[in-house]
Amino acid sequence: MITLSHFIVLGAVLFCISLAGIFINRKNVIVLLMAIELMLLAVNINFVAFSRFHGDVAGQVFVFFILTVAAAESAIGLAILVLLFRNRHTINVAEIDSMKG
Amino acid sequence: MNFNDILTLLPELYLVAAVCVLLLLDVFLKPEQRNITHWLAIAITAVALWLVIDGQPAQSVTAFHGMFVRDHVAEILKVFALLSTLLVFIMARPYLRDRNLHVGEFYSLTIFATIGIMILVSAGSLITVYTGLELLTLSSYALVALNRDSRLSSEAAIKYFVLGALSSGMLLYGMSMVYGAAGTLDLAQLHLLAGGVDMTNLMMFGLIFMIVGISFKLGVAPFHMWLPDVYQGAPTPMVSFIGSASKLAAFGMAFRLLESGLGQLHDQWQVILSVLAVLSLAIGNLVALVQTNIKRLLAYSTISHMGYLLLGLAAGTQQGFSASMFYVIAYALMSTAAFGVILVMARAGFECEEIDDLKGLARRSPWFAFLMLLTMVSLAGVPPMFGFFAKLMVFKAAIDAGLLWLAIVGAVFAIIGLYYYLRVVKVMYFDKPVEGVELKPQTDKPLRWALSINALALLALGLYWGPLLAWCQRAFAG
Repeated sequence: MITLSHFIVLGAVLFCISLAGIFINRKNVIVLLMAIELMLLAVNINFVAFSRFHGDVAGQVFVFFILTVAAAESAIGLAILVLLFRNRHTINVAEIDSMKG
Repeated sequence: MNFNDILTLLPELYLVAAVCVLLLLDVFLKPEQRNITHWLAIAITAVALWLVIDGQPAQSVTAFHGMFVRDHVAEILKVFALLSTLLVFIMARPYLRDRNLHVGEFYSLTIFATIGIMILVSAGSLITVYTGLELLTLSSYALVALNRDSRLSSEAAIKYFVLGALSSGMLLYGMSMVYGAAGTLDLAQLHLLAGGVDMTNLMMFGLIFMIVGISFKLGVAPFHMWLPDVYQGAPTPMVSFIGSASKLAAFGMAFRLLESGLGQLHDQWQVILSVLAVLSLAIGNLVALVQTNIKRLLAYSTISHMGYLLLGLAAGTQQGFSASMFYVIAYALMSTAAFGVILVMARAGFECEEIDDLKGLARRSPWFAFLMLLTMVSLAGVPPMFGFFAKLMVFKAAIDAGLLWLAIVGAVFAIIGLYYYLRVVKVMYFDKPVEGVELKPQTDKPLRWALSINALALLALGLYWGPLLAWCQRAFAG
């Protein structure tokens, strides 16, 4: 029997994977974007599970908002990434360090 | 939905329609006609300001089944967010023109971000908080990246984007936990339910994640990593916007989520906010001491000011919230004035970013040196400036709420902070001008007037702060 806690654990695992993807990754900015998307999907799983658990449809409405905003967010993120590559000829996270202090 | 709902949202709906017209019109204008966009954007924002003030309801009104709240807190924050947007528009033009950045997108993106602010501060549901916040931040990412050929600008944009998206993710994860525990997205219902839910652990978990998200947006240490880089890398007018209007929005978000939503968990979030306040006061003030770049200096000063803001929020009383709102308004005005001086001194090929660039400013242009003096002294919190009374009010609120130790920490760091603000004053008044650096202020009349009024207002509001404080207090009473 699959219960609410299974879904919450799945959401938590996905969230942790995405956090690890952001903090451990030192190579590529595109991986960062993927990790951010994964984080939003983990949140969506939580919302859908809780929505079903409470029998309240508002949580699923929120999921639609998150999906839409996530699409806009990745569009802007990729546009900034193109700019970055054009100006610096690299998307290596470790090399984006010209400002310090 | 009925007609009254539309009327409640009139300023926001008007701005959405007007900015679409602006965006379309700009496509048909030649680059040398850009001034039309400039004045139209100012007119649009001014009309929105009038709509907000004129349509102010006597009592708090909700629309769309409580999704949108129009109360006095929202009104005050909207008025000052629109005012700082106006100031940014007026001050930005010479800077942008000198760098071939004077494009229509600047105005439309900034107005979109302002709409985001207005929705965020009026939010009555977690969905509205999220939508308003994302409209604000997505527009801000694009604004920071507007200088497309600058290495620093694109680096600042990607850092802002990654950390901003991460913080939105954290905030959302927190919201999902709170939703799971309480079973509602509505902030007013959440306020009733929050104290007595079965799943207390889930609620606390959600609260902590939401505070992390809010701290990122405010720029509170230890979640401040993006702030100095964005301030240094982004074009100055955009920093001026992010430093003023966005901070008003971040305060509005913190108030809506923590007090309107989770007010019953005050004992829990008070502890967390107190720790965050101490950390930001320490990191902001101490790291600012060693900065040589004035935009970075102002970034660390922002972090410390957000610490003072948290003093009032942590108090969690009516007095505390009104003191915090008073503080964030003071901060927004000081921030536009400080960046205004940088904008007036910058010209094509010269950013006026280093503190040493200001050497001997008092001899070259005494008036702007005086305005910078007023701003720095106000930021440092010296009486009788606006910044002093703002600090006094948050300290008083913290002491009255039994957080005496927090107020003492704040006062100690205020004295440490005095050093780096006064260093800027010393450089302007007592150092010799650097050979070869020509300090010639911009001649643009609107910029000079707006900056002068903005900086003198810091003195005027310092001498005559009663009505504004009373207005803030009235918003939270009852």
